[in-house]
Amino acid sequence: MSSQFSYLDGNAAAGELSKIFAIDVTGAESQCANCGAKMRFAETHLYVQAPGFVARCPVCQYILLRLANVRGRIFIDMRGMTYFSFDTDHA
Amino acid sequence: MDIVSRGFSGRRGPADAKLPPGQYLTTDFPVLSAGPTPHVPLDKWEFTINEGLDVLRRWDWKSFRELPTETFTADLHCVTRWSKLGTYWEGVSLDTMFADVKTDASYALVHSYGDYTTNLPLEDLMDKRAWIAFRFDDDDLAPEHGGPARLLVPHLYLWKSAKWVRGITLTDEDEPGFWESLGYHIYGDPWREQRYSGDE
Amino acid sequence: MWRVGTVIALHDETATARTISLEVPDWPGHVAGQHVDLRLTASDGYSAVRSYSIASAQNSEHRVEITVERLPSGEVSPYLTQQVAVGDRLELRGPIGGWFVWRSQQDEAVQLIAGGSGIVPLMAMIRSRASAGSTAPFRLLYSVREPTAVFYRDELRMLSDKDQSLRVTYAFTRTAPKDWPRPPSRVDAALITEATWPLNLSPSCYVCGPTPFVESVTNFLTASGNNRDKIRTERFGPTGERK
Repeated sequence: MSSQFSYLDGNAAAGELSKIFAIDVTGAESQCANCGAKMRFAETHLYVQAPGFVARCPVCQYILLRLANVRGRIFIDMRGMTYFSFDTDHA
Repeated sequence: MDIVSRGFSGRRGPADAKLPPGQYLTTDFPVLSAGPTPHVPLDKWEFTINEGLDVLRRWDWKSFRELPTETFTADLHCVTRWSKLGTYWEGVSLDTMFADVKTDASYALVHSYGDYTTNLPLEDLMDKRAWIAFRFDDDDLAPEHGGPARLLVPHLYLWKSAKWVRGITLTDEDEPGFWESLGYHIYGDPWREQRYSGDE
Repeated sequence: MWRVGTVIALHDETATARTISLEVPDWPGHVAGQHVDLRLTASDGYSAVRSYSIASAQNSEHRVEITVERLPSGEVSPYLTQQVAVGDRLELRGPIGGWFVWRSQQDEAVQLIAGGSGIVPLMAMIRSRASAGSTAPFRLLYSVREPTAVFYRDELRMLSDKDQSLRVTYAFTRTAPKDWPRPPSRVDAALITEATWPLNLSPSCYVCGPTPFVESVTNFLTASGNNRDKIRTERFGPTGERK
């Protein structure tokens, strides 16, 4: 596969993130802290072939979220999102 | 663990005594990346060594390629457990690049095109242990493997060998880079299996 | 979080793809489009986790079906498609995902576009629609390399034969059947216009397949006037290391 398309999308991170988030994360809304684009987490570009995974803004490639699972301890960095928002009514 | 999947062994083959603990041998060259492959035109490529706001040395591609180079063979050990032995490279030794650099700094924070960083003690870049490599296996280094040039520090886990390298910032403190700030070991010696922070 | 399923049936969809049916006693049920994570564990504790879309319809009780395509350099798919036997137990986590789903209460027109193994979650939608007795207008555009690579061919024909509101169009990209009206080629703007619901129906679009396919098709859909808000996508690809 061309390295231009070496990403998946937020759907591929949902299982891992279900360890932390009680509500399904794929439909959660996020805003890129860099360019302001708003999107569902399912629409982020996900890079999984790394020591952890990285979700990037589909518009500007800024890193929205990084996660590493090191021997059972999960490190998560969400500085790249202005917000991450979940619908609790239809959870 | 509760469930063992009958007959599953994954990619690993038989254990090899020449490998660091927990590694398996691969003959491929896996590509792992945290983002899109940067495409850096050679007429825009630069490598700088800076300390704070002081730029101590700067090369463009032309002046970089005028530096003396060496060919060398290296064993690569990735923290995701694959190892690839006897890889053949050409590059410029960091000893050469730091030849006229005077500094009291003890640490290096390596920057790449894209947004990747990694950190290591400055002394681990010296004494013929690190190169800026631009040819792999008798060919120009492909972008997906870090071309036009990457750092190669084979005595540490491969995440320290920053692809698409663009410069080194000298620091007094050991400042965690991209994976080091997310739970990975600050040093990363594969022979002591220092994968994660807290590993001895 | 991890449940145990027992393999109760295996069925080869093609020379390289196999459907695995699992009985999962405590399965909470799922919605079409969701996936499971499978975890395989070697005897020394080494484990690998991979995601697979659920192929079975939403009200299949304790039964979860996945269809796995064997990747030549895969670590897990060769094991699942060639070594797993009836009676084996597999660990799974799920159902996962709430965005790329179709619920049977939805009655609007639906456009499904599948690239290769991207057909799997869309087939779950088609099966769920059938078992719910839904008459929501469904069109499927299924892009695949060649006729022998098609999953669920007989079932798709049977369902579309007896239900006029389900229409299936194939697009072959490498080898087409003899006398096929369209020469083998990738999905393009013209095919999108010809084989998908007109814009005035405001269809909900689901696109699934490898990343380049999804990007290309999504661009054609938006270029032809579909609202991005009505397009949901799921990208497939290797999650072990690339070689």
